[in-house]
Amino acid sequence: MSNDSISTYGSDLDAALDGGSSLTLEQRSSLDTVDRARETPTVAQPWSELGLKADEYAKIHEILGRRPTASELAMYSVMWSEHCSYKSSKVHLRQFGDKTTDAMREHLLVGIGENAGVVDIGQGWAVTFKIESHNHPSYVEPYQGAATGVGGIVRDIMSMGARPVAIMDPLRFGALDHPDTLRVLPGIVAGVGGYGNCLGLPNIGGEVVFDPCYQGNPLVNALCVGTMKHEDIHLANATGEGNLVVLFGARTGGDGIGGVSVLASETFDDNADGSSGPAKRPSVQVGDPFAEKVLIECCLDLFQAKVVAGIQDLGGAGLSCATSELASAGDGGMLIHLDRAPLRDSTLRPEEILMSESQERMMAIVRPDDLPAFIGITSKWDVEATVLGEVTEGGRLVVLWHGETIVDVPPRSVAHDGPVYDRPLARPASLDKRQADTADRLPRPSTDHELAALVLRMTGSPNLSSRAWVTDQYDRYVQGNTTLAMPDDAGVIRVDEESSLGVAIATDCNARFVALDPYTGTQLALAESYRNVGVAGGKPLAVTNCLNFGSPEDPAVMWQFAEAVRGLADGCQTLGIPVTGGNVSLYNQTGNTPIHPTPVVGVLGVMQDVSKRTPSGWRSSGAQLFLLGTTRDEFGGSEWAWSEHAHLGGLPPTVDLEAERSLAELLIAAGTDGLLLAGHDLSDGGLATALVESCLRYGVGASVSLDAACARDHVDAFTLLFSESTARVLVAVQPESMQAFTQACEGKGVPVIALGASGGEALTVSGRFSLPVEELRAVHTATLPAVLNS
Amino acid sequence: MRIGVVTFPGSLDDRDALRAVRIAGGIPVPLWHGDAELHNVDAVVLPGGFSYGDYLRCGAIARFAPVMSEISRLAGPPDATAPGLPVLGICNGFQVLCESHLLPGALVRNDHRHFICRDQKLRIERTNTTWTNGYAAGDEIVIPLKNQEGGYVADTATLDRLEGEGQVVARYLDVNPNGSYRDIAGVSNASGTVVGLMPHPEHAVELGYGPGTDGLCFFTSALQGVLSA
Repeated sequence: MSNDSISTYGSDLDAALDGGSSLTLEQRSSLDTVDRARETPTVAQPWSELGLKADEYAKIHEILGRRPTASELAMYSVMWSEHCSYKSSKVHLRQFGDKTTDAMREHLLVGIGENAGVVDIGQGWAVTFKIESHNHPSYVEPYQGAATGVGGIVRDIMSMGARPVAIMDPLRFGALDHPDTLRVLPGIVAGVGGYGNCLGLPNIGGEVVFDPCYQGNPLVNALCVGTMKHEDIHLANATGEGNLVVLFGARTGGDGIGGVSVLASETFDDNADGSSGPAKRPSVQVGDPFAEKVLIECCLDLFQAKVVAGIQDLGGAGLSCATSELASAGDGGMLIHLDRAPLRDSTLRPEEILMSESQERMMAIVRPDDLPAFIGITSKWDVEATVLGEVTEGGRLVVLWHGETIVDVPPRSVAHDGPVYDRPLARPASLDKRQADTADRLPRPSTDHELAALVLRMTGSPNLSSRAWVTDQYDRYVQGNTTLAMPDDAGVIRVDEESSLGVAIATDCNARFVALDPYTGTQLALAESYRNVGVAGGKPLAVTNCLNFGSPEDPAVMWQFAEAVRGLADGCQTLGIPVTGGNVSLYNQTGNTPIHPTPVVGVLGVMQDVSKRTPSGWRSSGAQLFLLGTTRDEFGGSEWAWSEHAHLGGLPPTVDLEAERSLAELLIAAGTDGLLLAGHDLSDGGLATALVESCLRYGVGASVSLDAACARDHVDAFTLLFSESTARVLVAVQPESMQAFTQACEGKGVPVIALGASGGEALTVSGRFSLPVEELRAVHTATLPAVLNS
Repeated sequence: MRIGVVTFPGSLDDRDALRAVRIAGGIPVPLWHGDAELHNVDAVVLPGGFSYGDYLRCGAIARFAPVMSEISRLAGPPDATAPGLPVLGICNGFQVLCESHLLPGALVRNDHRHFICRDQKLRIERTNTTWTNGYAAGDEIVIPLKNQEGGYVADTATLDRLEGEGQVVARYLDVNPNGSYRDIAGVSNASGTVVGLMPHPEHAVELGYGPGTDGLCFFTSALQGVLSA
């Protein structure tokens, strides 16, 4: 290290400890301090404009024994918003903890409640993963909304002490051919890509779904997974009186002020013209992925140097959230000199600084002796770091502005003791009618010629066509550990280069199923995600979720939510894997029309050797193809009913979690034993889609016969090809492994039937039709570019 | 053999390049953008990524990093016939080499305006370089391509000269993924020591991680070349 850099570090240390200046008389007179709040108890405050209800405002009075200051009001309003406080969902989410048994906690190192759950995957490694939503900002400003959604979840993962190693993005848009989809989709995809690619995080999967219910409210969910050694786990707490509170990363600006409470708590219709007061600025945060990339590396260096006692990212609700959550989780007290916070905009008022959602910021608790080393590392990365204050005894979060006390609150009252609502639920009356309107009445293809034409049309339909237009904009290779990514069933990455230990992750949700029956539909989302991880070869260990619903003030939506949570919690209990964390996004609706309930479920599994993962298609001729599972006549909510007939009615397919478990165990063992050449889960579009996609994966066709399977399951060819019965997988097996494989199926009680073999340049269904692979590919790849490149 | 890999703020594929050097049998040496000391390396890789956020223009700020002044000095001018320090610039590294005037031409926004990630087929055109001497001329390889600003451009006279002098190292086959002039994927300096390549050989060095192992030869070539030099 040169003398120059030592002196630089020295001056950075001075800068980090720089005290604030004092206020002018005029500035002081306009400042709402705690003293002033006591002196002027009856002054009118804009609590309603900030999204608080009258009883919530009254409760703040009760907590403080006086009216809140402007800064306190800002903190409470943003922390008690739906987005931050989970006030409508909390009473239901408890089930995730209550239904987790001790056996399910076996691999759990950190459970729900921290920034993200942490799971033990063996060999001293731990994995953390979580999904979050950024739906409303992405509708307002697609690029920045999606980009900062990625940025936020990545910081959550970093704040556990982990290196982020992959992202996935479940996305949902309105109809593909709607003009507004053309406004929203390219920006969101470019935002996810632009931010994730610049962070050096491989994007290894996700979803792209089109449905008119998302027309005015697209869903942008982002999942991040991180890895660390057990001893590197960090938590968000502020302990040790006298320890320093350090803010580092980007400067604080005016972006996203009130973004959380405004954008996540109310629909856009309110105040769209900004007429009813200045406090509600519907501003979306602006991201700087370069700053975040540097912050990631800087944090990893800080963790390695063991100079971080506690850490929290700054996300929704910015400093309000970070200070109150760190203090609540620690010794309970904190003193903050807010005027020390470095600003991009020097005119920001203290309450705006507390609410700002400027991106790429972190807060660390640092022992005083470690500060020089801490600042040395932040200086190396050219990251600005400032000591804002210290941990105190006494259970108060005190914020000073140029020496004047503007906040003096019990931190738990801000972070955790917000209002909790047990909102009214009502099963929607219209549901009976919808469930009674089954798909049985829909006309089905009657000839083989019609069947072939249907396969082609479905292959090119908006929801089943190739997602490459989207996924080719994401870097799936960076970090060099990706071994499966889209379009395979799960993303699989190596965690340990020596042992090839790794993880498989999938996210899924068929929202039409959830709309028809939220309890079963949510279990179906879990089942599909679990199956996808199993097909790839991962042993499922943990579940995360992103619960996207309409307004909780609508009893029908609240009923959907309650049923979905109950279904997921029960399903996880049956499968024996815990929910480790997640996110709730409410008020996803246009006017009074909510989106389909969309509980996206992510499952993470461990693989002892990721080189044995199973891809979704066969590379060579002569592989023996088998269908696992049983096919029933199940078309409620199916892709066929929707894309061919715009029909959504009846009941979703039956869920059988025990069958899913047996199937996953079979596939994991068969993959490990090297019996499988390929495996592809049957979901949207059924067996027909699985066959087409497996042929297209490496351009090798297949010849199959449906007769034996039809006879065994008492269904016709159409039903076998397009039904969406669950617990089914298409597999390709080495000819010499056939006997071992079918014996393994029998051992697990998994129904197995031979379909045919891979090979040739067409998908041939014997006695019925033959479709050239190149024709299928042309149809499959044409749909999205035809619309999105126009 | 010691091969240095520079980490700029915003470098992304630096650890991947270090791994590729190790798998090829070399000694990987991390180099830091702010440190002009090259730690006795025999060759340098400038990795992919977004150095300094690629603000202003890709590679434009990285060019002025202390480590780059030393690398530029040792690599020598692009037309020199005497071999200097071997340098492989991959993706962002290629952009840095062009901005540093160690290679002619420039990289501009892809013609279709999107970031693109794909398994790309290339033909190796020049094999008497430090980084491609293990390939045979005309070898067709598949390695990942992932970029937003990957369109290689230069004026006609420069392109003609590069073609005439045999300084086109690799060309895109089947698909020109970014609008590069004359399908150029990589070029070299006159002596063949400095090579810039838009696709990523470091992501094709291990079976199962990437499209194959076609990229490994870039790194084994360097070890061979350095050994025989």
